[in-house]
Amino acid sequence: MSNIKAIFKRDFSSYFATPVAYVFIVIFLFLMGVFTFYLGGFYERNQADLEPFFRFHPWLYLFLMPAISMRLWSEERKSGTIELLMTLPIPTWHAVIGKFLAAWAFTVVAIILTFPMWITVNYLGSPDNTVILASYIGSLLMAGGFLAIGSCISALTKNQVIAFVISVVICFLFLLSGFPLVLDFFRGWTPQAVVNAIASFSFLTHFESIKKGVIDIRDLIYFLALICFWLYANVVVIEAKKAS
Amino acid sequence: MSDNNEKPLIEIKALDKRFGAIHAVRGISFSVNKGEVLGFLGPNGAGKSTTMKMITGFLEPTSGNISVAGYDIEVNPIEAKEKIGYLPEGAPLYGEMTVLSFLNFIADIRKMHGQYRNRRIEEVIQKIHLDTVRDQTLETLSKGYKRRVGVAHALLHDPEVLIMDEPTDGLDPNQKHEVRTLIHDMAKEKAIIISTHILEEVDAVCTRAIIIASGQLLFDGTPQTLLEMSPSGKLEDVFRDITTRFYEEKGMATHS
Ligand SMILES: Nc1ncnc2c1ncn2[C@@H]1O[C@H](COP(=O)(O)OP(=O)(O)OP(=O)(O)O)[C@@H](O)[C@H]1O
Ligand SMILES: [Mg+2]
Repeated sequence: MSNIKAIFKRDFSSYFATPVAYVFIVIFLFLMGVFTFYLGGFYERNQADLEPFFRFHPWLYLFLMPAISMRLWSEERKSGTIELLMTLPIPTWHAVIGKFLAAWAFTVVAIILTFPMWITVNYLGSPDNTVILASYIGSLLMAGGFLAIGSCISALTKNQVIAFVISVVICFLFLLSGFPLVLDFFRGWTPQAVVNAIASFSFLTHFESIKKGVIDIRDLIYFLALICFWLYANVVVIEAKKAS
Repeated sequence: MSDNNEKPLIEIKALDKRFGAIHAVRGISFSVNKGEVLGFLGPNGAGKSTTMKMITGFLEPTSGNISVAGYDIEVNPIEAKEKIGYLPEGAPLYGEMTVLSFLNFIADIRKMHGQYRNRRIEEVIQKIHLDTVRDQTLETLSKGYKRRVGVAHALLHDPEVLIMDEPTDGLDPNQKHEVRTLIHDMAKEKAIIISTHILEEVDAVCTRAIIIASGQLLFDGTPQTLLEMSPSGKLEDVFRDITTRFYEEKGMATHS
């Protein structure tokens, strides 16, 4: 535990040691605003809820989360600090978890800073705050899924641009598999079970379900299992690089 | 001297490493006892850094065995790494951290607490002369200071085994002297391996020298033996003799 904490502390504070964190947070909030108010039609809907805000989270995360995760391991490899890290007396998985949690916590900070939205909607009407809370939790879980994928990919290369592009593509596949268009394509000629299986792999399916206001244990398990899987793959990638 | 002091602190057997087509290290065996300072010599690309990366557990050997303080680096990596202080080639550092926060991070990971921790951090800062830069970020330090921080971090937990890849590279003459004195003073308590291209360093601090070229062991003995092999009485000349003869016999172009 103390190792994970030490890695977490180092990584988390490193976000704020450079302007990158602040630039990221500004862009994050700006895009959130643009999507909610212009594309989401927040006012026009005349409904006191944050649905137009959460609706775009998957698509924003598709680009914003890989932008955070791309540096996790690529930068360590590029600067050579991975040699410091991996010769310290800690198991690889401690480092993987510490770094992942730091990235996730950074995302939590960015998401918390969207609280003016919540205040606004409560000021304008009386929304169902349990739905909003569930949506926030769903959004965070989804962000964790994106980050775990990105962390694993960034361990594959010392080039951050490559890590970003590959992460976006893989995350996109995870979104796509829940897209009605894609599911319709499979529907009709494949058994319903297959369609369901494909849909159940998607972030969208599970996020949509949580967004309705109820956190189903299956959705929770999905996101946690997904995160565990990709972090495990992350450890495997790092171990494999030792032998190359 | 009791129990495991009898065993060498570092023991390497038939160590081999391939990077695809490149055969970087070819069946090297040697061991280092407590109290020994081993000078690791060889032309560029000889396999010195690769060997050190394997001893410290950063790279996995293709074959062969490494044990550090009685622990196999592949079987018990954590225990072995606890005994090692390592200065990697080029002394990579987390640029955005300050000297002090970096040392504190290492102390966290090394599970150093309370008085002992503070004392050790102060000690290495004094010994390596880092007072003036303690709150400076690592990326803004000069090359020599970066190297010194690397040395400081390797010494922080007072390890039994010290592995330093070109520790004096980029240091000014005074600092070179300081680091050599430091190594000399610690030598009795530890097993130390340093790689270097400065042969006078071998004479000054090492109790033993190893020369490798193309991943093969060419010489293992005391600096005195090495000197006696030289008609001119210069280490440079024996080094050149041994390595060029090796390359000629293998029909390869001389590397250095
Ligand atoms: N990651 C790697 N992938 C492929 N080849 C490598 C890798 N690391 C080292 N090598 C090769 O292994 C050989 C030994 O390299 P190494 O860095 O160990 O040499 P060295 O003795 O430390 O040289 P120098 O004195 O220049 O530091 C070289 O031919 C090098 O090109
Ligand atoms: Mg080297």
